[in-house]
Amino acid sequence: MTERILSILVEDKPGVLARVSSTISRRGFNIKSLSVGPTSVEGRSKMTIVTDASAVEQVKKQLNKLINVIKIIEFEPGATLETEVMLIKVSTTKETQTPVIEKATLSNARSVDVGTNSAIFEITGTSIELDKFEELMKPYGIIDMVRGGRIAMQGIQS
Amino acid sequence: MDKLTGAQLVIRTLEYMEVSTVFGLPGGAILPAYDPIYDSPIRHILARHEQGAGHMAEGYAQSTGEMGVVIATSGPGATNLVTPLMNALMDSTPLLAITGQVASTAIGNDAFQEAFTTGITMPATKHNYLVANVSEIPQILIEAKHIATTGRPGPVLVDIPKDILNDESEWVEPKIVEMPGYKPTTSPNPKSITQGVDLIKKAKKPILYVGGGIINSKSNKELYELAISTNIPVVTTLMGRGSFPDGHELSLGMPGMHGNYTATTSLQKSDLLIAIGVRFDDRVTANPEYFAQNAKVIHADIDPAEIGKVREPEVPIVGDAKSVIVELTKELNGYKCEIEEWREEINSWQKKYPLSYVQEKKGPLKVPYVLEKIQELVDEDTIVVSGVGQHQMWISLYWKFTKPNTWLNSGGAGTMGYALPAALGAKMAFPEKLVLALDGDGCFQMTMQELITASTEDIPIKIVVFNNGNHGMVRQWQKLFYNNRFSATELTHDTPDYVKLAESMGAMAHRITTADEIEEKFKDALDENSKPVLIEFVVDPEEMVFPMVPAGGNNDDVIVNQEAADSILNKDATEEI
Repeated sequence: MTERILSILVEDKPGVLARVSSTISRRGFNIKSLSVGPTSVEGRSKMTIVTDASAVEQVKKQLNKLINVIKIIEFEPGATLETEVMLIKVSTTKETQTPVIEKATLSNARSVDVGTNSAIFEITGTSIELDKFEELMKPYGIIDMVRGGRIAMQGIQS
Repeated sequence: MDKLTGAQLVIRTLEYMEVSTVFGLPGGAILPAYDPIYDSPIRHILARHEQGAGHMAEGYAQSTGEMGVVIATSGPGATNLVTPLMNALMDSTPLLAITGQVASTAIGNDAFQEAFTTGITMPATKHNYLVANVSEIPQILIEAKHIATTGRPGPVLVDIPKDILNDESEWVEPKIVEMPGYKPTTSPNPKSITQGVDLIKKAKKPILYVGGGIINSKSNKELYELAISTNIPVVTTLMGRGSFPDGHELSLGMPGMHGNYTATTSLQKSDLLIAIGVRFDDRVTANPEYFAQNAKVIHADIDPAEIGKVREPEVPIVGDAKSVIVELTKELNGYKCEIEEWREEINSWQKKYPLSYVQEKKGPLKVPYVLEKIQELVDEDTIVVSGVGQHQMWISLYWKFTKPNTWLNSGGAGTMGYALPAALGAKMAFPEKLVLALDGDGCFQMTMQELITASTEDIPIKIVVFNNGNHGMVRQWQKLFYNNRFSATELTHDTPDYVKLAESMGAMAHRITTADEIEEKFKDALDENSKPVLIEFVVDPEEMVFPMVPAGGNNDDVIVNQEAADSILNKDATEEI
């Protein structure tokens, strides 16, 4: 199903995340990813939500009704810089350690902790790149994995 | 400058906002705020339950168009307000709820009477606040009023911890500061107005489909002018009753699940719906897939989220109903639709399928008959307040509303128990007017303790209880769709004894069981103005509300009366109520 990315500028007030997530859940919207962080402006935070294209108009309108929501930008597919971070802990043996690290390096993942029985990698990229890396590591055994939620920004238009 | 406590700041700000009446019930956490009420010119009405206090504030707001104010304590006091808050949200009623909270140092520790009030009420309010500092109180309250009363009106809750009510700060005159995330659009886009007018000029079968937005924006006069000048018939939803005068040749009344045949069918057969201040509610549209399939839609609403929520319009207009109507009228510039054939078609439905009931002379009383009798005895300024169920639908069908804000009911939420407390709130706003709660027995039993409030606070409302001994609407469904298996719908006709009950609560009471008693006893009730009066009508439990379109059905298939119902009785499997 086609996705849309919404970048939501909010007032940094207590409960604002709860308001946004409560509205999403109350209206039965399907959310694939949500991330929150500060902006360069004091008192303002930004949320990035990935949702189905079919519901995006209502999601925008309902979230816009929240008093603490200042502005919502819907990103056009293709014109967006999108990235996500992942930490992944992969099981290794004497035999597999080298190929695992090689594959990770080729995938632009960074080794952040390497032990005798496992290795932890950090990778940033589009969600598709992260999915691919996960698939690549699966045969060796994934012990733990965490993804940070997708963030996006409008690209520079010339 | 002298410092005031947080509690004094609350009351001072209410006075500053020219609040004259508040409804509430004290308790531990809100106790500090009740001390300055003692000296304030603001009249406090002591409800017997917070839900009642909330509905009183709603009745006050629905009858005046101004904000109602309710005060409650923390924990159960606040949770008892959830129903009125949700009710006000669904019906776009401006409401300010002030609740006490446990001390800020105790929040999160499961303190006595602690509830996460802002969390619990988040989806039941337009916005809510937890006050963090005493100096914020006036500013937050004035912002709360601004949010409650502008744009699409709704309830706003302000939760104040007890220690902050006791802290001190100086009074600083509050001002509406710009809220970066709250700027309701009120003026319609001129381009959409032009597009709308183009559609109107092309339409062969236009209908004005109007609702609560007309009442909230006080645009009944503008609507009247638009309808008259264009010659377009008007359908008024449950929340819009009174926005266009019943009895006028262009007035078609209420559409939908229990709407009259003509109103429902005229929407269904229309080629252009001019929808203003309505939200295509499922009680109007039935299954939206089959709703008005040949119609183009102009949808105007102050809330952009309503536009396209159920039905994608050809012309969306975001704006206040009054501005939209004024701009449409201006742009139409006296244009009159040549729609005689359409008007005749509508007239033929009115003749073929009028509302009907049979009142036998010696037989049990039928609610529609009683309503027609009562209406002969009261004037058109009477404020009618209803509960939820059969009686509500009968009032909306049979009562001739000619003025806005004379019909108060719980439309979206369907809150049984609304009538009595809401009537009390309306009577506080309009002491000189007759305020008539018309309630069912099931509804009455949900908030009947507020009759004590009416007596002890000297608020002489009239309350009619239609006693059919049953949860009538649910019973009707059991009759139609559950093979007469009357599961948990019988209340009994004789317990309680409503006359004794009302008298014990300090009210005067009458019981009417036959048609020939109505006039005399009801006039007696009208003459009594020193105390509230309850008039019990013992009515026929077998009578059902028609017309009817079963939930989720197709509005082409209106069941017009009992005979039509008999032919399909219990054949269809039920869908959700």
